Amino acid sequence: MRKVFTILKRELAGYFATPVAYVFIVIFLLLSGFFTFQLGDFYNDGNGQATLSGFFNWHPWLYLFLIPALSMRLWAEERKQGTIELLMTLPITLPQAVLGKFLAAWLFAGVALALTFPMWITVNYLGDPDNGTIAAGFLGSLLMSGGFLAIGSCVSALTKNQVIAFVLSVSICLVFLMTGFTPVIGIFSGWLPAAVIEAIASFSFLTHFDGLAKGLIEARDLVFFASLIGLALYANTLLLELKKAD
Amino acid sequence: MSATIEIRGLVKHFGPIKAVDGLTFDVSEGEVLGFLGPNGAGKSTTMKMATGFLTPTAGTVRVAGHDVGEDPVAAKSVLGYLPEGAPAYPDMTPLGFLRFIGEIRGLVGGALEQRIAEVVRRVHLEGIMRQPIETLSKGYKRRVGLAQALLHDPKVLIMDEPTDGLDPNQKHEVRSLIHEMGRSKAIVLSTHILEEVEAVCTRAIIITKGRIVFDGKPEELESQAPPSVTKNRLDWVFRKLTGGEKHPEPQLSAVGGRL
Ligand SMILES: Nc1ncnc2c1ncn2[C@@H]1O[C@H](COP(=O)(O)OP(=O)(O)O)[C@@H](O)[C@H]1O
Ligand SMILES: [Mg+2]
Repeated sequence: MRKVFTILKRELAGYFATPVAYVFIVIFLLLSGFFTFQLGDFYNDGNGQATLSGFFNWHPWLYLFLIPALSMRLWAEERKQGTIELLMTLPITLPQAVLGKFLAAWLFAGVALALTFPMWITVNYLGDPDNGTIAAGFLGSLLMSGGFLAIGSCVSALTKNQVIAFVLSVSICLVFLMTGFTPVIGIFSGWLPAAVIEAIASFSFLTHFDGLAKGLIEARDLVFFASLIGLALYANTLLLELKKAD
Repeated sequence: MSATIEIRGLVKHFGPIKAVDGLTFDVSEGEVLGFLGPNGAGKSTTMKMATGFLTPTAGTVRVAGHDVGEDPVAAKSVLGYLPEGAPAYPDMTPLGFLRFIGEIRGLVGGALEQRIAEVVRRVHLEGIMRQPIETLSKGYKRRVGLAQALLHDPKVLIMDEPTDGLDPNQKHEVRSLIHEMGRSKAIVLSTHILEEVEAVCTRAIIITKGRIVFDGKPEELESQAPPSVTKNRLDWVFRKLTGGEKHPEPQLSAVGGRL
């Protein structure tokens, strides 16, 4: 565990040694503010209730592009710099390295998310929102960012080219969103049995995030994100084991 | 007492390429082994397997009694490794980098700072410890890599072209350092500079196409040249053993599948 923490610390310091961290945080805050206030009907959710649902509804789409930008460098950069050889000849195990890097990125995404707290203050100032629902929304958003990150980390292990890692991650994450996106489901509902559609949708981030964003903390949603993260990181470890050198 | 590094029947294939084709040798404490061979002979690949980075197609490596395949963490703990090109995290400072390596290797607090001070003195990193590694000259980067490999005072030291790209003064310093450390460690260094073998190694192995073609003392190597050869006798033997052309390239060029 101490070694995981050492990896995490180095990785996190790496974000702040370059403009990456600041650019990411500023863009995340600007976009989430813009979407929420301009497009999300912040002031009016239809029934005159103060909520943050407009804010959370945009998160899957924000993460779709921002999280791969964060995860693309995790392993691709190690390959590019050749430091992967250094890292993997240090007395640590692959799972320790994978976990340390993933947790650093997740913690960072968590910090960016936490910095949106003025939104929470604002809705409380403007009205009388259900703070439990909002807390569940933050939890769901954090879990979802972990899911995106784990996929991105795994993809980043495949290549030394960060652009390829970015494009591939966005594409895979897009699939994970689309399978639960109502307009897409609508297209398929004509010619696929409902059970099949439901099965496909059950793999979507949206399906599992929606409940949390509405304040429903359900075990199956938590289990979904936890297993997705676990599986993606396991695949990440296997990929590294299989192709370390090239 | 058994050897510190034991390599048995080591083989590595990359698709159709037999990069390493059945190497068996030991290295004991007090030995400085010069690992020689033309470009693409399989030196780096052998070192990558010995340090647990690459998994061999066949064969085993034991480091200080630990099987690298079965107990990699234990083997890696007693190893110091300078990979080819001395990779390091460019946005870190040497100080941050060495602290990171030290912490991973289980050094903490005063012991860590003391070890850092020791290696900084040994490889002369004073004055650049707080400058990002990406801004350092090639010579300094190489020394940061060396410092990293020496930080935990390893019993076994493996260095892939430790003097490549250094100026003559820096080469001399690194060779003195290796010579000095040679007494208490088992050291393997790859090089394509034959004088380096004479200067610091107690033993030389020459490989070509992944096979050993010479294993012995540097003096024995030179004695293989007939008396009629008066200049560059080592070069002559090297070319004869490795089947090179008349004027082998003196410098390593960036060939091979490492792009
Ligand atoms: N990752 C790799 N994939 C495919 N071929 C490789 C790889 N690494 C090395 N090789 C090949 O293996 C051979 C030995 O390479 P290497 O060990 O780097 O030689 P040396 O260090 O002696 O110059 C070369 O033919 C090289 O092209
Ligand atoms: Mg090499």
